[in-house]
Amino acid sequence: MSISVQNISKSYKNIPALQNITLEVNEGELFGLIGPDGAGKTTLFRLLTTLLLPNEGSATVANYDILKQVKEIRNAVGYMPGKFSLYQDLTISENLAFFATIFGTTIEENYDLIEDIYVQIEPFKNRKAGALSGGMKQKLALCCALIHKPKVLFLDEPTTGVDPVSRKEFWEMLKRLKQKGITILVSTPYMDEATLCDRIALIQEGKILKIDTPQGIVDAYQKTIYEVASNQMHLLIEDLKHFPSYYSVFAFGEFVHYIDLNNFFDSETLRNYLKAKGHQSIILQKTTPTIEDIFMDL
Amino acid sequence: MKRFLGFIKKEFYHIFRDKRSLFILFGMPIAQILLFGFAITNEINNVEIAILDYSKDTETQKIIQKIKASPYFHVANEIAIEKAIESEFKKGKIKAVLLFEKDFAKKLQTEMKATVQVITDATEPNIANTIANYTQSIFQNHQSQKSTVQKNTTGVVIQSRMLYNPELKSVFNFVPGVMTVILMLVSAMMTSISITREKELGTMEILLVSPLKPFQVILGKVFPYIFLSVINAIVIVSMGYFIFGMPIQGSILLLAVESILFIITALSLGIFISTISNSQQTAMMISLMGLMLPVIILSGFIFPIASMPLPMQVISNTIPAKWFIIIVKSIMLKGVGLEYILKETLILVGMTILFIGLSIKNYKTRLE
Amino acid sequence: MNNLSEKIIVVENLTKQFGHFTAVKGINFHVNKGEIFGFLGANGAGKTTAMKMLIGISNPTNGRANVAGFDVHTQSEKVKQNIGYMSQKFSMYDDLTVKENITFFGGIYGLSRKQINSKTEVLIQTLQLGDIAQKKVGDLPLGWKQKLAFSVAMLHEPKIVFLDEPTGGVDPITRRQFWEMIYAEAHKGTTIFVTTHYMDEAEYCDRVSIMVDGVIEALDTPKNLKNQFQVSTMNEVFLKLARNIE
Repeated sequence: MSISVQNISKSYKNIPALQNITLEVNEGELFGLIGPDGAGKTTLFRLLTTLLLPNEGSATVANYDILKQVKEIRNAVGYMPGKFSLYQDLTISENLAFFATIFGTTIEENYDLIEDIYVQIEPFKNRKAGALSGGMKQKLALCCALIHKPKVLFLDEPTTGVDPVSRKEFWEMLKRLKQKGITILVSTPYMDEATLCDRIALIQEGKILKIDTPQGIVDAYQKTIYEVASNQMHLLIEDLKHFPSYYSVFAFGEFVHYIDLNNFFDSETLRNYLKAKGHQSIILQKTTPTIEDIFMDL
Repeated sequence: MKRFLGFIKKEFYHIFRDKRSLFILFGMPIAQILLFGFAITNEINNVEIAILDYSKDTETQKIIQKIKASPYFHVANEIAIEKAIESEFKKGKIKAVLLFEKDFAKKLQTEMKATVQVITDATEPNIANTIANYTQSIFQNHQSQKSTVQKNTTGVVIQSRMLYNPELKSVFNFVPGVMTVILMLVSAMMTSISITREKELGTMEILLVSPLKPFQVILGKVFPYIFLSVINAIVIVSMGYFIFGMPIQGSILLLAVESILFIITALSLGIFISTISNSQQTAMMISLMGLMLPVIILSGFIFPIASMPLPMQVISNTIPAKWFIIIVKSIMLKGVGLEYILKETLILVGMTILFIGLSIKNYKTRLE
Repeated sequence: MNNLSEKIIVVENLTKQFGHFTAVKGINFHVNKGEIFGFLGANGAGKTTAMKMLIGISNPTNGRANVAGFDVHTQSEKVKQNIGYMSQKFSMYDDLTVKENITFFGGIYGLSRKQINSKTEVLIQTLQLGDIAQKKVGDLPLGWKQKLAFSVAMLHEPKIVFLDEPTGGVDPITRRQFWEMIYAEAHKGTTIFVTTHYMDEAEYCDRVSIMVDGVIEALDTPKNLKNQFQVSTMNEVFLKLARNIE
């Protein structure tokens, strides 16, 4: 077991940030912590990297106790806090060299680990970190977190505020790192990134709602989701919300996702209802639920 | 050790890439020394005065000649009646009027005393005070010369001798003062800001999670500033010595050691400040309000401690700068050895230990 | 989608240079009245720079932009009176209460006390703020803050509202509620100009432009863009266009 968290609770001045969290991450697993801002993701990361002390519960990281074996943990983990903590006035290569030295290693020693990430930013290695785009900062921060070849990698919202292209590339990098045997705990507010993890925990307001593989979570979902579209999308949401047996209505990309209270309801009644409301070119069909659908229903 | 050196290298990058901190580090000391040395001075030179002489005898003429000969005063004009004094002052040209009473010489002969009034423009109290002092010393000087010549025993004759700074040069006061202010600024403010900057950037989080020990982080942050502060101290003392002719009577080695002690005191204060503030802004405010103002006002640098109200005098004892100024002045001007400034030195050592202790107590190896 | 013929933003050859670096390279586009216009692009593509010029806080190096009938360069004060702006980074003062924030922002947009009071009433009712109106904004969850910030940006009934990544980090339900508010405003005829990193939100827009390297590479309805690139989601459109930039 690479990370084991047992009944951990943490509060700040009586405001609970984490409530009775239990989860386990296997060695070499890419584990996602999925939840919006303020769900407690960062608090959990800080607890596991020994930056905070829990009020209750215990945890181990790489088999070291977070309370008693602080030093061992700090040697064994790589940590990339939110908002890419880099020295803005140092260049790419200076930042990397600095983090290498403080971990008592050199860039050359572990170059193979960061190589395929570093080559992407190497052309700019003499540029100051403050002048880099979000995507490049993110790659540099990852290199810095990896430079001492950690056993466990903690990535706190590495893709927040980064454009979809960089995000996609970043997840490809994580997959390659995983193949090298590094356990990765990554948090993200983007639900669509959930499917890229081996297993995920859905977290909100300091509580874990579900832990499973993304597929497992989708398979276990009972309700039927319909995707609906018409020529007047903005009105469609309003009208669907006035349908008597509606359970939930959410805009979802080009469609609106509709769930009925009755799992065996006849979609034709809904179609007729919409027609009567003046909608045209109506699309109404069953669709596979996504993690985001399920998250919203928890 | 390699980790530590890498850390220090990084700190120097920060310092040399930030034009603002470079300016504070090297521009400030030079600017301050020149400012205090040339512009801000308590000395007076060629002050315009007027003379109202009701007596016009040989005695007053002699005194007036003496005044005219001194480099401090320039007699702008002589006025005839007392009523004109006010209008002269209002013109703003003259700073003082010397008023000799009628029959000055005769009274001095018969009654052994005569009056001369020194009327000064006290809208600038410092200058007024200095003028009064200077004229007084000219009169005394005149008196004592006369009494020795005539072997006349006209009561007690005050003979004052200004020891260690016979010309009353204010440069001797401000070089130690500026040195104290600068060392405080560089050591305490710059370190507290640079430590809190890491907190703000979030890099402190990574440093804490790294195998670096907390004291290594702090030492690494502080070390470059010890180095830079020493350079600053050297620059200031040499400027005082070469440009303004300030003597160094005592041991240079002792001065260096005491300076390093004070630098460490200031650094420990800076570290302490950084443990209680979370942003660069707070650190800067605490440093400026909590350190710079007391250093300037309560250390005896500008205002003499002896003339402060008692509570202020008591508070001034808690200001490390006060003790350092005493030490520097003693070494540079009096040329004393350690045995004479042992008390002050021990006080600084004590304060340093206190601040380091407080910092260790407050320093967080975690985020809360 | 009324008044589609009326162009409320017209941008012609808009250019911004910083030294030798050209952040925005002569872009041309227009936005129709009442439209939800998605302004997308990778980090560093020039989105923020372009947006700053449109809201009149940055002067174009070259070219023109007309917003709500006023030139952004010569009449930037008039532009500012007619637009609302909300960004993810700064929206409201955390140490003021909900009411105090509303009063403050109403005040700087020149609303009378009476108007502010009635607006506050309406706002508190529609957002169901009731008991939290006296709470400090800093104590509210992010989603609430963003919804409130949007309402505050709408206080002076601007013709256009600029939203800079309004939903970053917000939970999925609140994100949708936020978009429902946007729909409602658009329905009333307000033009919405929005940037986002959520590609599903790009699908909610009437038209979408994608900026790559200072240039607008694509501009059309999401449906047409997907047809054009023969893909099924906006995410894929974006990836096809913006790949290999940086």
